[in-house]
Amino acid sequence: MAEDGINSFMTGPDEAGRFGIFGGRFVSETLMPLILELEERYDFAKTDPSFWAEMDDLWKHYVGRPSPLYHAERLTAHLGGAKIYMKRDELNHTGAHKINNVLGQIILARRMGKTRIIAETGAGQHGVATATVCAKFGLKCVVYMGAHDVERQAPNVFRMKLLGAEVIPVTSGRGTLKDAMNDALRDWVTNVRDTFYCIGTVAGPHPYPAMVRDFQSIIGKEVRWQLAEQEGEGRLPDTVIAAIGGGSNAMGLFYPFLDDPSVRIIGVEAGGKGVDDRMQHCASLTGGRPGVLHGNRTYLLQDPDGQILEGFSISAGLDYPGIGPEHAWLHDTGRAEYVSITDAEALEAFQLSCRLEGIIPALEPSHALAHVMKIAPGLPKDHIIVMNMCGRGDKDIFTVAKHLGVDMKV
Amino acid sequence: MTRIDDTFARLKREGKKAFVSYIMGGDPDVATSLAVMKGLPAAGVDIIELGMPFTDPMADGPTIQLAGQRALDKGMTMDAVLEMVRAFRAGDATTPIVLMGYYNPIYSRGVERFLTEAKEAGIDGLIVVDLPPEEDDELCIPAQKAGINFIRLATPTTDAKRLPKVLQNTSGFVYYVSITGITGAGAAQAGDVAPEVARIKAATDLPVIVGFGITTPDQARAIAGVADGCVVGSAIVKDIGAGKPVAEVLANVAALAGGAHAA
Repeated sequence: MAEDGINSFMTGPDEAGRFGIFGGRFVSETLMPLILELEERYDFAKTDPSFWAEMDDLWKHYVGRPSPLYHAERLTAHLGGAKIYMKRDELNHTGAHKINNVLGQIILARRMGKTRIIAETGAGQHGVATATVCAKFGLKCVVYMGAHDVERQAPNVFRMKLLGAEVIPVTSGRGTLKDAMNDALRDWVTNVRDTFYCIGTVAGPHPYPAMVRDFQSIIGKEVRWQLAEQEGEGRLPDTVIAAIGGGSNAMGLFYPFLDDPSVRIIGVEAGGKGVDDRMQHCASLTGGRPGVLHGNRTYLLQDPDGQILEGFSISAGLDYPGIGPEHAWLHDTGRAEYVSITDAEALEAFQLSCRLEGIIPALEPSHALAHVMKIAPGLPKDHIIVMNMCGRGDKDIFTVAKHLGVDMKV
Repeated sequence: MTRIDDTFARLKREGKKAFVSYIMGGDPDVATSLAVMKGLPAAGVDIIELGMPFTDPMADGPTIQLAGQRALDKGMTMDAVLEMVRAFRAGDATTPIVLMGYYNPIYSRGVERFLTEAKEAGIDGLIVVDLPPEEDDELCIPAQKAGINFIRLATPTTDAKRLPKVLQNTSGFVYYVSITGITGAGAAQAGDVAPEVARIKAATDLPVIVGFGITTPDQARAIAGVADGCVVGSAIVKDIGAGKPVAEVLANVAALAGGAHAA
């Protein structure tokens, strides 16, 4: 821990891209030179003041950062315990935290002379963010999206097309997010010269998990000063909570607090219909075991023979059988806690946020909010919880209507 | 000396190029797959690559993806892949078998256990697509110690600076991937491949075998002619996927082998 002055949770990954045993560079030889070049260019960029000046300018004027830190008074009163703040990353341009990372990767891609950007997307938020930034910079954009997700996230598919992106429905495998990532990797291995793969979460081969975390860390950095200065709390939060699919919004909130032992860190996985042997969930840490997929070692949902299983969740953004390797490491070291929330619990939290705060949340942060609802009542009133409201729910209203038995056509 | 080394020594004596074929273990079912496998040596195959199915074959095109799915849908497992090898070995003590696939099913089983069982079953080499030299400690080094060749892929993106690293712990042969891309895509061009093979051969004494993008006997002859041999995978797997009778699959393999051996 940080207090002994020797060990820190913020020094990873090591030179091999490992967080403990997790992470690494498990890619085909064709891609190896590309990720080594990316690592070299990113290592240079992250210490280059002109890179961050460009980021800061776009974060402020294009994305709308800093996103507000909002005291959810009615929700706090309703739950009757801890004081609840929401980090309003759903107010970013494109409606989620995804654009924080996309901007960083696209600026890097431009500096590397790449002219074609590919991305995978689940709920479509990362695809929309990538299409948006590509439109802004006049870059060709190709987004791989599982055929099943294309169907359940139709509004985002149309947005990407309006923004000039080509959306390729993925039918290989089972046509889900992991298959979209497979097809994006197949594209990259084919188009090695001009193409940059913009990964949407803290997973993939090194340096992606660290790079995406660094770009998303703006979330936690803002929370630190907003809570202390702007909200006049003059201190750190007691608990930070975020939802996890691959885990980028969570890593962005958690990372700046890793060496503050007083801050309790909780990641919320998608429990689907319940974390049990029916495997109808996406809780990789609670229901999976270590394995190797998509360039990194991490916790994976898999069968006894090492075949990857499909995740299941009401939320397309959490529907991934793995989790970022740094989360796997934080889990094993005990620095962060990981829990799961079911579809039903997330739906309840979704509705509560709408009615009490006038905020329609995405189904992803609804999972984080559902866990806040579980723990806040039992905590003292001076206990500060910050949850990451990482996306807005416009894209999910059709899914929610269906689950609530509402016919939108009427 | 492994069976792979012996095979290349024999081919050298005979003045022939190597013909390597790939099939997916358990595609479309174990019985058919084993029948094809047993017929490969007589059809002219010098080295057999046997695919271990995986749900997420990131380096493979649709043909081999579907082959893996067919096998998995029929309940194919690592146990069954090893059992196929044992059954093949019962009737053939000399043809090298190289298992090809992805790391997770091996990691899931446990590397030590896998290597012990693979060696005992009669496996001679491994090609594991998602283990670059940077991850050699995972499987490559333990495999060499267990007496199993670890065959590395070199690709068009493997530049001069990187090539020594790729060759360092490679044994058996070097597999040169003729195109940037996935299996079953594009067409290998002998004119592009020749200087790359020469570049690799200047840096190693190991045989260099070229794969990806070879589908016809003419291509097999052209590509084998500029290397120590060639690999055909998707073209054979496509025949199996189309449900062609074993004899017809093997006749097409024989034609491809004839191309390579005519080089």
